[in-house]
Amino acid sequence: MSGNAYNDIFSAFKGDEGDLIAILLRIQEKFGYISEDAVKHTAQFLRLSENRIYGVASFYSKFRFTEPGTTSIKVCMGTACHVHGGKFLADAVGWKLGVSIGQVTEDRRFDFQRVNCLGCCALAPVVKVNDRVHARMMVIGLEEILSRRE
Amino acid sequence: MACDKWDSLRGSRVPVIHIGTATCGAAAGALDVLESVRRTLNENRLEATVVQVGCIGPCYLEPLMDITMPGFPRVSYANVTPQMAGSIIERYLIKGDPSLELAVGHFGSNGNGDFDGLPRFFEMPMLKPQVRVVLRNCGFIDPEDIDHYLANDGYVGLAGALEKRPEDVIAEVKEAGLRGRGGAGFPTYRKWEICRSVPGTTKYMICNCSEGDPGAFMNRSLIESDPHCVLEGLLIAAYAIGANHGYVYINSDYALAIARLKKAASQMKEYGLLGENILDSGFSFDVTIKEGAGAFVCGEETALIGSIEGKRGMPRSRPPFPAISGLRGEPTIINNVETLGALPNIIRNGAAWYRQFGVQGNYGTKTFSLVGKIRRPGLIEVPLGIKLRQIIFEIGGGSQKRFKAVQTGGPSGGCLSEEYLDIPVEYESMTAAGSIMGSGGMIVMDEETCAVDLALYFLHFTQNESCGKCSPCRVGTHHMVDILEKIVRGQGQMDDLSKLQVLAETVARASLCGLGQTAPNPVLTTLRHFRSEFLQHVKEKHCSAAVCRELVEYDIDPVKCNGCHRCVSVCPTAAITGAKSELHKIDIYLCIKCRACYEICRFDPLAADAIVFRSRRSVL
Repeated sequence: MSGNAYNDIFSAFKGDEGDLIAILLRIQEKFGYISEDAVKHTAQFLRLSENRIYGVASFYSKFRFTEPGTTSIKVCMGTACHVHGGKFLADAVGWKLGVSIGQVTEDRRFDFQRVNCLGCCALAPVVKVNDRVHARMMVIGLEEILSRRE
Repeated sequence: MACDKWDSLRGSRVPVIHIGTATCGAAAGALDVLESVRRTLNENRLEATVVQVGCIGPCYLEPLMDITMPGFPRVSYANVTPQMAGSIIERYLIKGDPSLELAVGHFGSNGNGDFDGLPRFFEMPMLKPQVRVVLRNCGFIDPEDIDHYLANDGYVGLAGALEKRPEDVIAEVKEAGLRGRGGAGFPTYRKWEICRSVPGTTKYMICNCSEGDPGAFMNRSLIESDPHCVLEGLLIAAYAIGANHGYVYINSDYALAIARLKKAASQMKEYGLLGENILDSGFSFDVTIKEGAGAFVCGEETALIGSIEGKRGMPRSRPPFPAISGLRGEPTIINNVETLGALPNIIRNGAAWYRQFGVQGNYGTKTFSLVGKIRRPGLIEVPLGIKLRQIIFEIGGGSQKRFKAVQTGGPSGGCLSEEYLDIPVEYESMTAAGSIMGSGGMIVMDEETCAVDLALYFLHFTQNESCGKCSPCRVGTHHMVDILEKIVRGQGQMDDLSKLQVLAETVARASLCGLGQTAPNPVLTTLRHFRSEFLQHVKEKHCSAAVCRELVEYDIDPVKCNGCHRCVSVCPTAAITGAKSELHKIDIYLCIKCRACYEICRFDPLAADAIVFRSRRSVL
């Protein structure tokens, strides 16, 4: 990725240390993950060590350091989803896709993640596929949603 | 001007359609409903105003669509599908038939109003025991329109505060008895007084909308539905402590809430409610929206400050408290979203008015997200002092299966069993019962929820979210997870329970910050209130809720099974075999006990409810 793409992001910031998390969020929104390259550029822009950038980024669960798959599947692991069987759902879907939570399928089509809580607790269990939250999910329903993307 | 706009909406000559499109409404399908409504209006060339509002509370009724015909009270339709929305609009707007069989309530002033047999919305069992102070505008105003807020007494509280001396504002809040709604219940005025008394000109006011605990969405809902109310509260608090710069620290996953906050702030600037010399009072204030990146510990004050400064969100030891030395070493006050949301109401209506809600020492209201195994889940606001039983059974309608426990306070709180349901919801009584008030997550469990499994769930969460700075929390929670995992696998020994107890008490006592100090709470309360369940797991290798995987086995009832093949196709590990129309069999060595077959056998119309799972007692 060219440095220009980063400069576009950086131009909205003054370059204070306090901007670090916002910058990383913008980078992740644009590229899908925080690459080594991104850490390097951010370090130069903020005049902080790469170590420092990585230290902050790895602290927050939102940031990821591997390239995401095409379709993102986020299984909610909130308390309400848990008591409504969210972990069973996650297991079944993981087996079907052949991946564990946090992994991308071999063909890079599906990106399988967990989230702490999507805040749609009254509709538990929920799964977010790309930008859409699906309510009261069952294995069969999720399969159908995913098959539509094949 | 704002009032004109609002009155023209209320006295509108064309029908007004309200649709709740906050995050939870959208998840339930409100955006599809919205599209269908717009399409139907276009196709029939109907004139109507469509207003997207926030969340009114009863999530189980989502998506909600309300129609106000000129001269009639607003009528609410629940669980609306896109097709339904289209047909309701055609029937009501064209033929004048309000489709009462699909309506749940109306917003008129009297009993049945103009609609025979239709109750008032706020008289419904879920809403009747509630009071709406903080949530008063939610579901009524367009959160993206400052005029709607202004027309509903918006910024009257701020104007009132700016006419007083800051000391008097603090006195008013003291008189109102407002306590921190983030969960700790520290008197708000006392924090402010400390900060105000510190010399210096640079002070910061921060709104804490980190809301990292799973099962809680009160703050997100409030900001999505009424962002100005939180910002007005932020300004009042800033004026009281003498801060000229503020932050809203908000979870970056709350995309809609962030967008609405930003929009609200820019509207405030246009109206002279942010910036220099607000309302000619000489008070200047500006606000920055800071996004967090998903760390539960950042709800802790000192960790939150670290995160705003662009560092790892790790707590530091206190004192000095942030009120004396916080953000960039300057005096800083951090208040929860709901605390700030209460302020405009307190200043506008006076402390005495606020004290009519709640009980001595616990004045005012509290919002909860009432979820889990309950008939009527949703966002509720109740006066403090209400009984837990009333919340769960009157408002929530109880659980479908037998009620087991209620979990409050998220990962920092605890489980309370049925015998505790008659305690009042007050900071002190909740703590005495072993749980905490918390920020407002309230998760109901029934007999199909395993208390040990839930304790493990919370501990897993806190162990993951532990920042790792102090070893009691970092190492202690890890060992507790290990022991609990042994127990849920049926490998627990009797001395594991005492080990767990000792570890939990040590972690609680020795940890640096609130996360570690409260992390053992879910375990300690379950050990206290649900000891028999622990004993079942350890002694009989039995999980009465049939949740703990290793203690459960799946089987097919040969009498019921009709060989529909649905379970064979859904099983992720091909553990179920059998030809169509013949009896199916489960290979227990391949089965991962994911319940996919059970679900389909229950819910598919072709299936025969033949798959069962149970946990047997093994007597040693």
